[in-house]
Amino acid sequence: MLCMTRNTAISLAGLRKKYGDNDVLRGVDLEVPEGTVYALLGPNGAGKTTVVNICSTLLTADAGEVRVAGYDVRADPDQVRRSIGVTGQFSAIDEFHTGRENLRLMADLNHLDRRRANRVIDELLERFELADAAGRRAQTYSGGMKRRLDLAMTLLGSPRLIFLDEPTTGLDPRSRRELWHIVREQVADGVTVLLTTQYLDEADQLAHRVGVLDGGRIVAEGTPAQLKSRVPGGQVEVRFTDAARLTEAAAVLPEATVDVEALTLRMANDGVASLRRLLDRLEDDAVAGLTVQSADLDDVFLALTGYPASPEDEADDENQLEAVR
Amino acid sequence: MSTRAMDRSTSTYVVRDSVTMLRRNLLHWLRYPSLGIMLIAQPIAFLLLFVFVFGGTLGAGLPDVPGGGDRGDYLVFITPGILIMAVASVALGTAIEVALDMTGGIIARFRIMDIAKVSVLTGHVLGAVLKTMFAVAVTMVVALLLGYRSDAGVGGWLTALGLLVLMAVAFTWLTVGMGLAADSVETASNTPMILVMLPFVSSGFVPTDAMPWGLRHFAEHQPFTSMIDSLRALTSGADAGSDLWLAIGWSLLIAVLGYLWSKRLYTKVPTK
Repeated sequence: MLCMTRNTAISLAGLRKKYGDNDVLRGVDLEVPEGTVYALLGPNGAGKTTVVNICSTLLTADAGEVRVAGYDVRADPDQVRRSIGVTGQFSAIDEFHTGRENLRLMADLNHLDRRRANRVIDELLERFELADAAGRRAQTYSGGMKRRLDLAMTLLGSPRLIFLDEPTTGLDPRSRRELWHIVREQVADGVTVLLTTQYLDEADQLAHRVGVLDGGRIVAEGTPAQLKSRVPGGQVEVRFTDAARLTEAAAVLPEATVDVEALTLRMANDGVASLRRLLDRLEDDAVAGLTVQSADLDDVFLALTGYPASPEDEADDENQLEAVR
Repeated sequence: MSTRAMDRSTSTYVVRDSVTMLRRNLLHWLRYPSLGIMLIAQPIAFLLLFVFVFGGTLGAGLPDVPGGGDRGDYLVFITPGILIMAVASVALGTAIEVALDMTGGIIARFRIMDIAKVSVLTGHVLGAVLKTMFAVAVTMVVALLLGYRSDAGVGGWLTALGLLVLMAVAFTWLTVGMGLAADSVETASNTPMILVMLPFVSSGFVPTDAMPWGLRHFAEHQPFTSMIDSLRALTSGADAGSDLWLAIGWSLLIAVLGYLWSKRLYTKVPTK
């Protein structure tokens, strides 16, 4: 496979970090090959940001080996800093500066010469659809624009490795899609991405590999497809013609959940056997509709950690609406 | 990795990065002028208050003027103290700016960039020194408009200016530390108030001889008194004598302690 020949961009071995009595990371191991996207999936407080902060030299680990872009973060922090870029969920922009001035600031700190800087800044403003707003203060930008500017500032230094810490948290669906598009372009150029997210669809969309971080450890890892196949997951939903038929069916299927108003009955889809068992118990003319859903990363998450992942149901609903449009 | 990144060492860029950060600092003042205006107006408000409200009475009590002084004599007497308040006032603003920076997200970006670390702080200090000089100039213009006249020559004024710059550096490093130590912008705007208040308990507004024993003892030995006495001597054409060395010593001490404190706080500030 192609992956086997690639160099390792990030490798963590036995990473541990404690804040007082709070054991945030209890031995995290992971490897990210160059030019791939690795999504670290986990609920709030799982330690995702701590992993990013350690990899980006903002924090030091209590134990474990961390190599980023081939350098040990403890021994060669400056080398690591030269190779990486970070965009987090809190905007790291100067609100009193205009969009162009923010990029100028980054160009100066990256010690680009003036002519090259102007060219790069114009390109970035164009590509991130900020050209029209370039002369306005960043204070006046929308959430999506701020995040785009933030990412543009990160990319100005042409890092080969970028950390995106919950890059789309708090963004509207359109802005999320735009950001995903930019990330894909970067990956196409060979950039390695470590992404943390609470959104399963984001990991599904972008990542080559997903690691589920829970309780300070990676509890599962694999491609999105591998993870989905690991849980039996999914559900069967049956819609009935009337309430009487629904009650009848519910009586012989005690494991099912019943929604009387919607005239539906739902149960876990454990494979063909359970599906056959269900169908055997249904009268032909009682069924108005039948849907079988396979497992998604939500089910994987629930099965692995014991609680659902999505923190904001509204955001997910919006996404579904967006997908329908 | 680019060759540009390979052959540069962090320390080479201290000056360049500091200038970049200075530009950022000055741009903030242009974009958010109300803070600057407030800080510059503060010493001028005190100047007007003391000259016009208290000046007549306090001037009459000045001991060194034969037959008692007037409002004009009092203006000359307090101008050095007011100049130092201008220095302290801008330094207060620096604490606020630093705290604002630390609570914002951009500081994390600076920390993980391969830049001269100290430039994040030196940008504030250089900016504060320039702004202090501006505040001092504005204060002097107001004093001149009110009738302030000096007998000192160019040498005296240049020395006074040098001392003011040194004090600006000293107080700014102290307030950079205060800004870093503050857990919020509110705290950062309160702690440096001591620098604005301390000149009142010095030789700045009344001769220390008029104070009760304990207070007088404090007033005579606190740093502001040697600084104010030096400025007063330099701007009136007199010899500042040992006061000048004491003022320089205090300034250097405060600058070094403030710098070390700030550096320590900046390198250990937790990011969570």
